[in-house]
Amino acid sequence: MIGYLLRRVIQAVIVVLGVVIIVFLLSRLIPGGEAHAVLGPKATPALVREFNHANGFTQPLWVQFWHYLIGLPLLHLGYSYKYTEPVWDVISTRLPKTLVLVGTSTLLALAVAVPLGVLQVVRKNKPSDYALTGLAFVLYSMPSFFLGTLLIEWFAFDARLLPVSPPSNASPFAVWTDPKGFILPVLTLAAITVAGFSRYMRSSLLDAMAEDYIRTARAKGASGRRVLYGHALRNALIPIITLIGLSLPGIVSGAVIVEDLFNYPGMGLLTVQAAENADIPTVLGTTLVITVATVVGSLVADILYVMVDPRIRYGGTF
Amino acid sequence: MTGVDDGVGDTPAFGVSATNSPVAVNLDLVVPATAAEAGEQPHGAPEGGEAQTSGGIGRQILRVFVEHKLAVASLAFIVLVILFCWVGPLVYHTNQTNQQAALFNPENAPPGATGGKFPLGTTQTGFDVLGRLMFGGQASMTVGLLSALVATVVGVAYGAVAGFFGRWLDALMMRIVDIVLSIPVLFLLIALVTIFHSSELLLIFVIAGVSWLVPARLVRGETLTLRTREYVQAVRAMGGGGGRIIGRHIIPNAVGTIVVFATFQVATSILILAALGFLGFGIPAPGTDWGTMLSNAVGTIGNGWWWEIYPVGALIVLVVVAFNFIGDALRDALEVRTQRR
Repeated sequence: MIGYLLRRVIQAVIVVLGVVIIVFLLSRLIPGGEAHAVLGPKATPALVREFNHANGFTQPLWVQFWHYLIGLPLLHLGYSYKYTEPVWDVISTRLPKTLVLVGTSTLLALAVAVPLGVLQVVRKNKPSDYALTGLAFVLYSMPSFFLGTLLIEWFAFDARLLPVSPPSNASPFAVWTDPKGFILPVLTLAAITVAGFSRYMRSSLLDAMAEDYIRTARAKGASGRRVLYGHALRNALIPIITLIGLSLPGIVSGAVIVEDLFNYPGMGLLTVQAAENADIPTVLGTTLVITVATVVGSLVADILYVMVDPRIRYGGTF
Repeated sequence: MTGVDDGVGDTPAFGVSATNSPVAVNLDLVVPATAAEAGEQPHGAPEGGEAQTSGGIGRQILRVFVEHKLAVASLAFIVLVILFCWVGPLVYHTNQTNQQAALFNPENAPPGATGGKFPLGTTQTGFDVLGRLMFGGQASMTVGLLSALVATVVGVAYGAVAGFFGRWLDALMMRIVDIVLSIPVLFLLIALVTIFHSSELLLIFVIAGVSWLVPARLVRGETLTLRTREYVQAVRAMGGGGGRIIGRHIIPNAVGTIVVFATFQVATSILILAALGFLGFGIPAPGTDWGTMLSNAVGTIGNGWWWEIYPVGALIVLVVVAFNFIGDALRDALEVRTQRR
C-alpha cells in the first residue's frame, strides 16, 4: 500500500510539473509578447525593449522558466493588469468560494445519486427504473448554462422564491449559516453531476449484484435487503470514490459556467472577467491554481479508495 | 465504451507482448517460420471473408442501426437542422450582420408581432430571431463537426503511434495526455482564446486541442490489443514498416471505436462552443453562435422575453441529444460486426 501511495504521489507531482510547463509556455506564446499585452499595441520599440529587459524576457527561455519555477512555492504567479495587485492576492480570496461550491455540489450530487442508483436497481426494468433512467438522460444532456438559466427564470424571477446568488460580501462558510443564496448555484452544478453519478452507480451496483459473493450470501439465506445493502451496496460504493476523482476536472469546469451565470465570485468568474480584460497573468494563474487543486482532490480520492478497499490495503497487485 | 474497457483491462497482459514484438523484428531468423505459420491463416481469412460478406456486413450494420428508432429520428432531425441552417436563409431572407440596419426593427418584439413579420420575434438589438437561429446555427454546426473531425484525426494518429511503438515513447506520450487532461477544460480554453484572438477557425482548433486526448487513449488501448494479432506479426515478418501496419491494419480495425467516438465528440464540441459562447468567448461579432445568442438573452432574463431563451436553448439540447442517440446506435451496430468476426 505504501508503495502504491508513493507511486500515486509521484505521479501527481509529475502532472503538476507538466501543467507548470504548459502554463509557462502559454505565457510566452502571447502574440507580440507580454510587452504588447501590457503596454498596448502602440508602444514604441524602445519602450518594449525596456519592458522586456526589466522583466527578464531577454534571458534564455530556460532561465526564465527556472525563475518562474522557483517563484511558485513562494506563490509568485505574476502581476494582475486588471486588479493591479499580485495574482495570488486576487486568487486567495476567490479560491475558498469555488472550493465550497464544488465541494457542496459534489456531496449533494452523491447524496442524491446513490439512493437514485439503488432505487433503479431495486426496480430494475420497471416503469420507475425507465423514468429515472430517462430523467438522468435528460439531465445528462442538459447543458449547465441552460439549466441554470431556466432555474433563475423560474425560481428567482417568476416565483420570486430564491435569490440568484449569495450577497457578494458573504463569507464562503455562509453556505452552512445562510444557505438561501447558495441554493440555485449549488443545485445547478449538482444536477448535471447527479446524472453521470447515478448512471455509474446503477451499473456499478448491477455489476456487484452479479458477483459470486452475492450468490454465496443468498445461499446462506441472507434476506434480499441484507444482500443489497450489506453486501452489494458496500462494494458498489468503492468505485464511486474513483469516479469522484475522475469527475473533478469536469465539475470544476462546470463551476466556471455556474459562477458566471449566478455572479458567484469564485475562481471561474475571476477567470472570465480577467479574460474579458486580456489580463493573461491572472487567467494563467487561476488555471494553474485550480488544476493543482483538482489534482490534489483526485489524489485524496485515490488515497481514500485505498483505505476503503481492503483488497488494495492488504497488498493487492497494482 | 467497450473500447476503453478492452484497452485498460488488458493492459497488463500486453505488457508482456510489448517486450516480445520488438524482439520478433530483430531476430529475423526465428520469426519468418513462426509468423508464416501464423500469418497465412489470418491473412487469408479476413480478405476472403470481406470479399464474400462486405455488402452483408454493411447491410447488417445498417439493419442494427435502423432498429434504433430514436437514432433514425435523430439522424433525420440533424439533416433537418443542417437544411434549416444552410438552405433556410436562401428561402427566408433576413439581415443578420448589419447592426445599423437591424436597429430599424422593433426590439424584443414578441413572436408574430407587426403582422407576422417576425415569426419568432426579435432580439434586444432588433435581429430577427428565426433568421438568427439559422445564422448562428451555421457557426455552431461547422465548429462542432470540424473540431470533432480534427480531434479524431489527431487523437487517432497520436494514440496509434503511442500504442504501436510502446515502451518509453508510449509512457511519455500518455503522460502528456494525463497532464493535459488534468487541466479543467474551460480554464484551458479561456486561456487559449484570450492569448490568441478568437475567430471561427481558432475555435475549431482550440476545441479540437482539448478533445483529442480521449480518442488518443481509446485508440492506444485498441492498438495494444491489435498489434499482437497474428496478421500484424505477418506484415512485420514480410518487412512491412510501422507506418504501413498502423495505416493499413491497425486503424482500419479500430474504425468502429473511432466512428463512435467521433459522433459523441460532435455533441461534446457543440456543447463546448455553446459554453464558450455563453461565457462571452464564442464567435466574435458580427458573427454569432447559439451559445452567444443564449448569453445575450440571459442578460435580460426576467423580462418575459422567452422567445430569446427557449428556442435557442432547446435547439442546443436537441442537437446534442440527437448526436448522442446516433452515437449509441452506432456503437450497437458496430459491436455486432466485431462479434460476428
